[in-house]
Amino acid sequence: MTGGALFVAVFLACVVEAVEALTVVLAVGTTRSWRSTWLGIGAALVTLAVIVAILGPALTVIPLDALRLVVGGLLLIFGLQWLRKAILRASGHKATHDEEAIFHAQRVAAEAAADASRGVITDWYAFVVAFKGVLLEGLEVAFIVLTFGANQHDVPLAALAALAALVAVALVAIAGFAIRGPLARVPENTLKFVVGIMLTAFGTFWGAEGAGASWPGADAALLVLVPAIAAIAVGLVLLLRGSQFAQRRPAEATR
Amino acid sequence: MIARLRAFGAFCYDFVVGDDWRLALAVVIALGVTVAVAHTGVPAWWVLPAAVVVVLPVSLLVAVRRK
Repeated sequence: MTGGALFVAVFLACVVEAVEALTVVLAVGTTRSWRSTWLGIGAALVTLAVIVAILGPALTVIPLDALRLVVGGLLLIFGLQWLRKAILRASGHKATHDEEAIFHAQRVAAEAAADASRGVITDWYAFVVAFKGVLLEGLEVAFIVLTFGANQHDVPLAALAALAALVAVALVAIAGFAIRGPLARVPENTLKFVVGIMLTAFGTFWGAEGAGASWPGADAALLVLVPAIAAIAVGLVLLLRGSQFAQRRPAEATR
Repeated sequence: MIARLRAFGAFCYDFVVGDDWRLALAVVIALGVTVAVAHTGVPAWWVLPAAVVVVLPVSLLVAVRRK
């Protein structure tokens, strides 16, 4: 069960982050310079590869309990943040993530930005925006893949998760470049809700184990944790929808 | 140089802590309590789930009221 759930969590997280990075890249590429945009993407991927090459082996030499304490804590913080945003969006208290609106906002900003070149980079704005977009979204993916794989101490599973990440990113990129627009039909908010539940459940499980606690039923405790956290999250959505603070969903796009 | 260090620090804070620092603080405290309870020999697995059940609604309530 653990392996399958890990795979799903990593895959969905990768799809969400890849869709967000693609929106930024497409907006700046179609508005400014594709050459500088590609250079920005390449520089970000090289930076990510260096970070993974350094962090990956380093994580495997840390004792498992210490690793689970730190990584479990970080995953739990990430999961709670994802879940918080997803619940606020699902209950109408925060604007849903709208790739079309973000795409158009990025295009407007790109058209208004001044032209500047540095060295071989003919369009510095396109380079920086593409670099930051890919690096920031990629960092979260790299963190999730690395920590899940290292926590499991399961090289095949880590490799499979990494492969799933690459396939997800490639599929998103091909689809995006084929239609030359953002992937607005991907149910991003629902995916984020699911990923938030999974990260929170695994963060809770590993964090407690790393802190010295033993779960009743060992790994089977996740079979209770995941649905329990999902039920709490859905309950909070329903509660906030009917609360006195409920109001119409804002129209503007947010991250 | 100091400006770059500050920017890096701000990025790390945003990356790890995110929108609500209360969530991060609650997780750190809950992990500390789990370590302390586990050392006494008493079952400690319930501490983190209990923290999630308390802190998530509180964080949501603060976010909704702030609007």
